[in-house]
Amino acid sequence: MAIDVSPTFKPRLPGYRFNLTGWASLAVVITWAAVAVLAPYLTPHGVGDIVDLDYFGPMSAEFPLGTDYLGRDMLSRILLGARYTVGISLAATLIACTAGVTLGMAAAVSGGWFDAALSRFLDALNSIPSKLFGLVVVAGVGSSIPVLILTLAIIYTPGSYRFARALAVNVNTMDFVTVARIRGEKLGYLIGSEILPNIIGPVFADVGIRFVFIVLLLSGLSFLGLGVQPPEADWGALVRENIGGLPFGAPAVMAPSFAIASLTIAVNLLIDNLPQKIRDRSA
Amino acid sequence: MSHLVEIRNLKVEATTDAGRRVDIIKGVDFDIAEGEIVALIGESGSGKTTIALTLLGHTRTGCRIAGGSIRVAGRDMAQLSEKGRTRVRGSEVAYVPQSAAAAFNPAQRIMDQVIEITRIHGLMPRAAAEAKAVELFRALSLPSPETIGTRYPHQVSGGQLQRLSAAMALIGDPKLVIFDEPTTALDVTTQIEVLRAFKSVMRQSRMAGVYVSHDLAVVAQIADRIVVLKGGEVQEIGTTREILSAPKHPYTRALLAAFSPPGRVTAQPAAENDTARPVLELEAVSAGYGKPGADGTPPILAVDKVSFRLERGRNLGIIGESGCGKSTLARTIAGIIPPASGHIYLDGKPVAPRARDRSPDELRRLQIVFQSADTALNPAKSIADILGRPLAFYHGLRGAARDARIDRLLDLVHLPRTLKHRLPAELSGGQKQRVNLARALAADPDLILCDEITSALDTVVAAAIIDLLKDLQQELGLSYVFISHDLHTVQAICDEVAVMYRGEKVEQLPARDVGSAAGHPYSRLLMASVPKLDPTWLDRLERDPELVAAFAKR
Repeated sequence: MAIDVSPTFKPRLPGYRFNLTGWASLAVVITWAAVAVLAPYLTPHGVGDIVDLDYFGPMSAEFPLGTDYLGRDMLSRILLGARYTVGISLAATLIACTAGVTLGMAAAVSGGWFDAALSRFLDALNSIPSKLFGLVVVAGVGSSIPVLILTLAIIYTPGSYRFARALAVNVNTMDFVTVARIRGEKLGYLIGSEILPNIIGPVFADVGIRFVFIVLLLSGLSFLGLGVQPPEADWGALVRENIGGLPFGAPAVMAPSFAIASLTIAVNLLIDNLPQKIRDRSA
Repeated sequence: MSHLVEIRNLKVEATTDAGRRVDIIKGVDFDIAEGEIVALIGESGSGKTTIALTLLGHTRTGCRIAGGSIRVAGRDMAQLSEKGRTRVRGSEVAYVPQSAAAAFNPAQRIMDQVIEITRIHGLMPRAAAEAKAVELFRALSLPSPETIGTRYPHQVSGGQLQRLSAAMALIGDPKLVIFDEPTTALDVTTQIEVLRAFKSVMRQSRMAGVYVSHDLAVVAQIADRIVVLKGGEVQEIGTTREILSAPKHPYTRALLAAFSPPGRVTAQPAAENDTARPVLELEAVSAGYGKPGADGTPPILAVDKVSFRLERGRNLGIIGESGCGKSTLARTIAGIIPPASGHIYLDGKPVAPRARDRSPDELRRLQIVFQSADTALNPAKSIADILGRPLAFYHGLRGAARDARIDRLLDLVHLPRTLKHRLPAELSGGQKQRVNLARALAADPDLILCDEITSALDTVVAAAIIDLLKDLQQELGLSYVFISHDLHTVQAICDEVAVMYRGEKVEQLPARDVGSAAGHPYSRLLMASVPKLDPTWLDRLERDPELVAAFAKR
């Protein structure tokens, strides 16, 4: 994924090197984040307003991304959909990865019964197919945004735990952790100061991948009608409700798909190309 | 007459992450004649391995050959295409790596890997190659040469694997063999066998060799000529005898001086111990690995009923080969591995078997310094953070007081204060080991356990660390338990030496008496196996075959 577009690109951050791919993907991510925050001020039309008499309308000056299956403005719906897709996915990713990474490091450092019990429990959770789990929870509790966030977080915690534990087990055997341990350091210091800084790179990469998975799963749930409920819609729901436009090549089905792709790819490229500190001081 | 190898004005440069170019090798010239063994010697970072690799036309990632020529048998390795180089590698020039364990594929049988070269280059049919390999195994005095090839790498010992990697290099009848520190990772008793095998094979086959090492005594046994390197430049070239007897360059003299440490001149009078209370006492301590059985002893016993006492301000050396339990002993004392039985007394008071049950003050008094500073320092933290943590943890120092103490610690271990903003990876091996030591000093301990702390360092740097330890002892009144496999270092710093063999302490005696006729036979064997600077030492060395049979693990 990490394609260094321009190796001669001059660093703009003093003491850091940040390549063009990184800058470009950062711009895309920031744009979507800004859209999510400012959506109500940006939308040209109301999200539920039927503004076009035709359905699956083409791109035009009035409707830059066409209209959907009911003749609603696609641009407005995508701008508002960003709130749900970015917001829910980000919240779920943060919860899943914070819990998973913290528990994973704690299990690796503590070992013994804590590690064994936690690992078996999360393995069991991991064995439940994620879509099925989502379906059951939403069917049981009903679909609301907090339920969606928590469900997605629970589904992705075991993977994050496994990943962090595998990394932390390797670091845990290093002498500097032993030194800290026989200094009398407690668990919190061991995982926060000795282990985490040494696994943070792969953990960030994992956060990026997990974010993408969550966006896709959320979109999948919405596609099945279990995600965000109408008239609001996240990008996955937008794809689903406009799927009928596929034979007509309607922009209404293409645009949200491109939105999902641009966000997920940009997040991954950004994480693969985070700024790197230049350690060669004599330069 | 042209030589087999002619290196002319060789320059290698590296590119740093800021795009700056650094010269690693700054114009090196030397020749190697047919059948001659030339040693490249110097401290780490002197460019000895870099030069050796250019003979294969290879540079490490980020480096490139910037100028000059490396003619091997008339071909310039710098000008050859990558395809041309692969044709030459293995058949004209071969390489014996430092770590044979890392160089063998654990999933393939040894024979398949040894004869791989003949298959790749299509040199001979498989049956002929296997016959030749068996011949080489015999020449390298490997046990059961007919069948050793059918084993997997983990089924043979480290010394055997190193000889097998030499067989791998020699099978294609190369004109030049490069040995990259092949015995550095081996025990002294094993090293002798490997050196002997290398020497006899090279003599018989009349191949030329390049022997990279930082150990002058090892090089003295095998090389015809020595090239002394420092900072990517040749300091001195001469025959082995010239270099050893009449070194011209100051650096060569420093190398020679570091090899023969003056011994423990500052032997403190025993009268000083007015209280006679030992700082550390062990009483029949046993420790091991695996789930303890019904009687509480673990299935694999690494330390077997070891007792000793160490008085304040005095030093105890613990020597033995790898696997003798010396590092386990240090870990047991530190509370990392709880003893299965026995007692540990610190300053006369018994301490808990596990570190986590000991009081912060007990933990503070006893510090351990590990062998490898690479793994003992957190690579993600700056030197100031690494040193600052024990100060905050044990002494509650904050802010300016802590910064002042960090500066003082860096002064103590003779490191410039500007280093404190760096990460461990940005320091040299010797500097890292000093930081490692400074972190132990930050606790303000009574006793420091030094676990092979000079083993990973080259001679000159190791000697400097030993001097530092002596100075610190004078200044701070410390005691050391100094664990090493190297008798010279132990004798340089310790008052008494305990010799360990298979988990047991076989004897404890004053440092200068180790290896004397009166001692335990194992100590005599160990002492006799330490290479000497005399180039004829290996050939004249006659070890008692009974002793070797009884104690040496080949």
